[in-house]
Parts: sequence; C-alpha cells; structure tokens
Amino acid sequence: MTILVIAEHENGAIAPATLNTVAAAAKIGGDIHVLVAGQNVAAVGEAAAKIAGVAKVLVADNAAYAHQLPENVAPLVGELAANYSHVLAAATSNGKNILPRVAAQLDVDQISEIISVESADTFKRPIYAGNAIATVQSSASVKVITVRATGFDAVAAEGGSASVEAVAAAHDAGKSSFVNEELAKSDRPELTAAKIVVSGGRGMQNGDNFKHLYALADKLGAAVGASRAAVDAGFVPNDMQVGQTGKIVAPQLYIAVGISGAIQHLAGMKDSKVIVAINKDEEAPIFQVADYGLVADLFEAVPELEKLV
Amino acid sequence: MKVLVAVKRVVDYNVKVRVKADNSGVDLANVKMSMNPFCEIAVEEAVRLKEKGVATEIVVVSIGPTTAQEQLRTALALGADRAILVESADELTSLAVAKLLKAVVDKEQPQLVILGKQAIDSDNNQTGQMLAALSGYAQGTFASKVEVSGDSVNVTREIDAGAQTVSLKLPAIVTTDLRLNEPRYASLPNIMKAKKKPLETLTPDALGVSTSSTNKTLKVEAPAARSAGIKVKSVAELVEKLKNEAKVI
Repeated sequence: MTILVIAEHENGAIAPATLNTVAAAAKIGGDIHVLVAGQNVAAVGEAAAKIAGVAKVLVADNAAYAHQLPENVAPLVGELAANYSHVLAAATSNGKNILPRVAAQLDVDQISEIISVESADTFKRPIYAGNAIATVQSSASVKVITVRATGFDAVAAEGGSASVEAVAAAHDAGKSSFVNEELAKSDRPELTAAKIVVSGGRGMQNGDNFKHLYALADKLGAAVGASRAAVDAGFVPNDMQVGQTGKIVAPQLYIAVGISGAIQHLAGMKDSKVIVAINKDEEAPIFQVADYGLVADLFEAVPELEKLV
Repeated sequence: MKVLVAVKRVVDYNVKVRVKADNSGVDLANVKMSMNPFCEIAVEEAVRLKEKGVATEIVVVSIGPTTAQEQLRTALALGADRAILVESADELTSLAVAKLLKAVVDKEQPQLVILGKQAIDSDNNQTGQMLAALSGYAQGTFASKVEVSGDSVNVTREIDAGAQTVSLKLPAIVTTDLRLNEPRYASLPNIMKAKKKPLETLTPDALGVSTSSTNKTLKVEAPAARSAGIKVKSVAELVEKLKNEAKVI
C-alpha cells in the first residue's frame, strides 16, 4: 500500500495543513509519497523531503501547474494515482478544488473531510454541519480523500530524509488561466493554524467595531475570525468565516464575541479545546458549548479583557 | 447563451437534524425541506445574467425524488424558464449526480452551468468539480463574482487566503459561494406563473447512466456532545480562570 499526499504550498513553503494530511496518511499505514506540483518549486520539494514519515517526494515543476489550476493539476494527479492505493489532500480551498476532479477522472467516489481513520478503507466524516458523523467505507481501487486538518495532529516538519524525484509529465488543458489574486494582508497568525482565535458575530454591529477584536487578538497573539452572519452582513471578508461552509478551526482557546451560536457556526469551532463566549443574551445557544460564558455587553467586556490579559 | 442551473432538495437550513436510533442515517420524516442555500444563489446568478441580457434561457435541473418538483417550481418562480427532474428515490453520491448532470449537459449543451458549492446535508463539495472533469470543462469554484465576456468567463473565487480571479473558456462550470449575490424572494404572481412553466421528468435509465457507488455508509452517529461549562461573573474572573484553571493564556 502506497499513499500519495498532494502537498499544499504557498510562497515557496509547505502549508501546515500538509503536515496534518501526512499524519492521516500515517494512520492508514504504508509508504507515503508527497507530490509537489507548481512552478519553481524545487525548494518546496526539498522541504517536503524533510517531513517526518515521507518516503519519496515527486516534484512536478511546470508553468502549467502555477496557481494550482485544477484543469491542469488534476490530470497530473489522476495519471500518478494509478500507482497508489490512496490519494490524499488537505480539505483546503485548493484541495477541495482539485481532488473531486481527480476522483471523477478515476471514476471513483471521493470521501470528503475525514476526521478519523478507522482502517485502510473506512473513515469517519461529519455531515449535516457536524450534527451527525458518518462512517464510510470505500471499495474504490484508488481511494480519493480530503482530510480535515483539525482531525489529525500534525507530523514534524523536520526529521525525514525522503528521496526527491522529478515528474516530467506536463498537462496544460488550455481551458483556464490565472488573472490575479488579492490576498488578505495580516500580521496575525493564519486562522486555521492559530493557537488562539477571537471571533465576532452579528453582535459586533459593523465592520469598524472589529477593531476591538483586533486589539484583543494582537495582545493574545491570536487570529481573528467571524460568523457567517458577520460575513453576510458585510462586516468582514469571507476568508475570515468560521463554520460549516467557511474554515474549520480547533485552537487551544476560542473566544466567541457577539456570536449567537447557530449550528452552522458551531460546526466550525466546537472541537476547540477551551471555548469562551461573551454575549449579552444569556439564552444564546453559544453558552451551551462554552466552557466559560460571560453575559455582558461586548463593548465593555472586550476592552476590559484586552487590558487584563 | 443557455445557462443550466442544478439545484438540490435538502433539509431546511434552520432544522437541527437528529440521528435515527438504529444509526442508519438522520431522521428526515416530517422535517421541512428546502432548496439548498448555495443552489438558491446559483439560481439568482442565472436570473441576473438573464436580466443583463447575457443569458437567453435558464434551464433548471434537479436529481432527486418526485418531491424535488417543489424546489424546481421555486426556481421557475424565481425566473428559470423550464425545468428537468431526473427522478431517483435513492440517495446518490456526488459522482452519480455528476454523471447524470453530464448526460443533461450533453442533451442541453449549455454554455454555463451554475451549481452550489456544497449541499448542506452531505457537505461533500464535489459535484461541480466532478461535472467539470466529466465534461472536460474548466471550473470556477467558490465564486464571489462572475463576469461573462465573449467566449470566456472571469470568475473571482473565495480562497483560504483571500480572493483569486481566473479566466475560463466557455462552456464552463461555476460553483457559488455565499457572497456571490443575495437571492430574491419569489413574488406571488411569479409563483402562479411558475405552475404553467414546462417541467420534464427523466430517469437515470433513460439517460443511460449507472448510479452505482464505491462508497458505502456503514453507520451514522450523533457527535460527541460538548457539555456546557460555567458562567463567570466578570471579566476579571474570566481572565483568572483562563490563566489558572484552563491554562490557555
């Protein structure tokens, strides 16, 4: 059994979610190979070779793979997949974009966002916004799986010594091209990798009021997230959304401010180690999952909290 | 330009589902069903493209039970011109749905296919990408902006780090994210008019598509419950607890 893990990388570095995906592969068992596809990614390939538990790194360095266009990357992965028992990618916007395309090419069903490995062919995954957990078995010759990073503790980024092999295959479907990217600029930690997350909901009332959360977050070294309601209301951009259809986080400490606690939001954060809720409505459902609840006006409590931590 | 929109009948957004006692699935008896929220956004986008004069015809398709006609009528009331139901009482996987949609695409030859990025029941986030692969089309997933010009479409996508814009040759597949638009409500006159719009019913057999699956759901369980903690009386007490009891700051 040999497993292929699609590396997630940005700006010449391996993204943390790749380490969680390798951890899921290690739970399945067998040799682990990592594919690094992109343009000018030799350094990423070197970094991937150091990941603990990886036996071989395949580097597909080609202009067609720049920006991870799925029309070009999926045929590459589909071609390589014939040699593997499993193909895994992190359930990031990139993994979600590419992997179903690979599964369809291979004529197999995909298993999305697994949170545990029961055996080499059986996995658990949340459905209905995490209100139910399904155990799914795959009979596919190649099992195509995306991995929810919060379900698996990351393997060490250093310590491995995998061989590195170049893949010559160039697939350029010529159907799509990259136009531009507008990346959120922030000195704060990335939402899905942060140890502490401070999130705001509709109770923040407007986007400007998020400054209170930014100040608190900077004091704590935290990332800032938001509920769907806050994104829908236009307070903050979608890349801050935590929930069923946004990002899934499981930090050491999650501070929910002015968030009522709709099931769709809980789906994205209820695996956090410690949850704090600050809300003036003592009946808010968020208090049912919070370890520490504070019934208070957030505009008084958050500045005070910032002073005291 | 013809636009095809796929919609799914799912449990309503506001329903908190319960797992069946025999762990065979979730209990959907007597539960309110609606159009998947991301599919509503897909219908709205198609209607806006028609209002802008970009789309000439909107065909809405659903794969599901007979009752999915309700969701198709809703889409017709919102502005779709005609509907197709591929009737199947079975719970189909995303790949099976993508294969059925591919057969409809072959028949209808749309320039643009718009789908929701994810259904809120299975939470798979697969069908659009799979349809793109099977059709050999380009895909613009998680769209927050769609601009058709000539024989291509520019799609701005919600990605983890911000937004990315790609240019896709038509025909192409688009899957919708939250901020693409805010769906309208159907007016009563339009609901009445929708009853007279054409709705064609097909079957997987008639389309020559096998819906067999490599996935098997062994059981469905309720998640481990998280118990409520305590209420603190002040910010000072909260900070004390976080420092000395939880030890997380």
